[in-house]
Amino acid sequence: MRSENHAPIAPLVQARGLHYTYPDGTSALRGIDLEIHRGDYVAIIGENGSGKTTLVKHFNGLLKSTEGNVSVMGIDTRNATIAELSTRVGYVFQNPDDQICTSRVEEEVAFGAKNLGLPRDEIVRRSEKAMKETGIYHLKDQHPLYLGKGERQRVAVASILAMQPEVLIVDEPTTGQDRRQSRQMMDMIGQLYSQGYTVIIITHDMRLVADYAKRVVVLCNGKVLFDGSPADAFSRPETIKESALQPPQITQLAQMLRDFGFPPDILNAEQMYVAFKGIYARSRGI
Amino acid sequence: MTLIELNDFWWKYTSSEDWVLRGIDLKVNRGELVAITGPSGAGKTSLCMCLNGLVPHTFRGAMKGSVVVEGVDTRQQSVSALSRKVGMVFQDPESQFIGMSVEEEVTFGPENLALPVDEIERRMNWALKTVGMAGAKSKAPHELSGGQKQRIAIASALVMLPKILVLDEPTSELDPIGKASVFSVVSSLRREHDLTTILVEHNTEEIARFADRVILIDRGRVEIDAPPREFFSNVGPLEKSGVEIPQVAIFGNMLRADPLLKEELSKEALPITLEEAYKSVFRLLGGRRMHEK
Repeated sequence: MRSENHAPIAPLVQARGLHYTYPDGTSALRGIDLEIHRGDYVAIIGENGSGKTTLVKHFNGLLKSTEGNVSVMGIDTRNATIAELSTRVGYVFQNPDDQICTSRVEEEVAFGAKNLGLPRDEIVRRSEKAMKETGIYHLKDQHPLYLGKGERQRVAVASILAMQPEVLIVDEPTTGQDRRQSRQMMDMIGQLYSQGYTVIIITHDMRLVADYAKRVVVLCNGKVLFDGSPADAFSRPETIKESALQPPQITQLAQMLRDFGFPPDILNAEQMYVAFKGIYARSRGI
Repeated sequence: MTLIELNDFWWKYTSSEDWVLRGIDLKVNRGELVAITGPSGAGKTSLCMCLNGLVPHTFRGAMKGSVVVEGVDTRQQSVSALSRKVGMVFQDPESQFIGMSVEEEVTFGPENLALPVDEIERRMNWALKTVGMAGAKSKAPHELSGGQKQRIAIASALVMLPKILVLDEPTSELDPIGKASVFSVVSSLRREHDLTTILVEHNTEEIARFADRVILIDRGRVEIDAPPREFFSNVGPLEKSGVEIPQVAIFGNMLRADPLLKEELSKEALPITLEEAYKSVFRLLGGRRMHEK
């Protein structure tokens, strides 16, 4: 899929034979080979403990490989500082409160950019742009911790955007939010994607994966179990089962009705309806 | 028999500008599993807290109307008396763990009631078994997954032998495996122990599977109170409140709107679970599988 759009350009992020073992001896990544290309929208999925967060923390240098290597736009992350990497790959923590450290939204958003040592007017320009892109400009004088979870999450995203990375990683953007907030968050990330950011999300919500992601990487026990389109991922019951995930409900329905001729890679109710119409017409000889 | 009754109940925290709950009328019968859903800030948590007396005893504010639990107005009952009738489980499993081990955690409540040691032991073993954590007695909190912590929170509520269990978004911070384990405990409690359960939940696919009634709360009001099938037929109000409808019900509603199928489906109930949707499509296609043609 991505090779059609973005032919032989070097990957933005590349992991080769990546292993990572935590100091306590837990082996979290066990031989990951993965390329992230410009224009990708990747959802990394897998059960807790499968290595999702550990993997993406290698992409901005928060963690350095035990074995194998990770390069970001050609630079080996072991030879780069987090500051150098943060202008290339931005990582938004799962819990925005792990990241928020100032008492005004505007200041919070400018925090990372300020640390890059940019001139003042450039910092202001970038933070204003980031606040507008994430729809929080009207909140710029508020205290971040008094905002709702969805808004705090946006503040965290904006502060990363102000560093103008190529790749935006958002770790569980919707956990703990209601369905409307979840959709709004995913719509916002979708807009950033269409503006040209390369997006990586970590999520457990398969309905959101089906609706938004272009590529799915399934992790299981520190290894890549599957890498391909959401439709392909969900139409492989074995892969999905091994990773203890469940396809969206409508995909499960189509798969239960496979013998009637329903394709196994249905992702939403509309597709299911279209498939049904065709099969129904044939069954009635229309 | 009515176990919980809210009569035109209004509530406003001292710090809130406006009413958080606005004229709630609600009756819950013994043994019912009532799911409550609605957007963040709609008043769901305040509603939960008025059932165990945190509202109005611990949180201060203004109220109108009444909340009656087991025939007694909550204003006439202390929080500790109510805590024996109403068990609470909150969203974040981390925030409610206070013991150093599972055993310490689960026995905390009954020890405060000064029950005999063997009674506490008996209750603890029963509660841990009920949530499928019998072997975890000596585990420390950090050795448990989120789903396991949440099940321990449920066990800590169960040892008090409550009549009512209130769960406020118990799975929203959990991964799919953790979610599934909590839902399976909740549905088995209902099936095997006839516990009256109030479950605040955004996951409507799970609600559709085992709730007796579903209530939509938005801006402090009960907008819909109906059995699941009827509830999920209210596409307009649900979309307005941002409640996600199970995908099979969206599909079912599309079939119902189709001129070719309208009549055939008019007598049939809207499918809201995977199994029901499967049966419905199976029937529509006359059971004719592709390879039989």
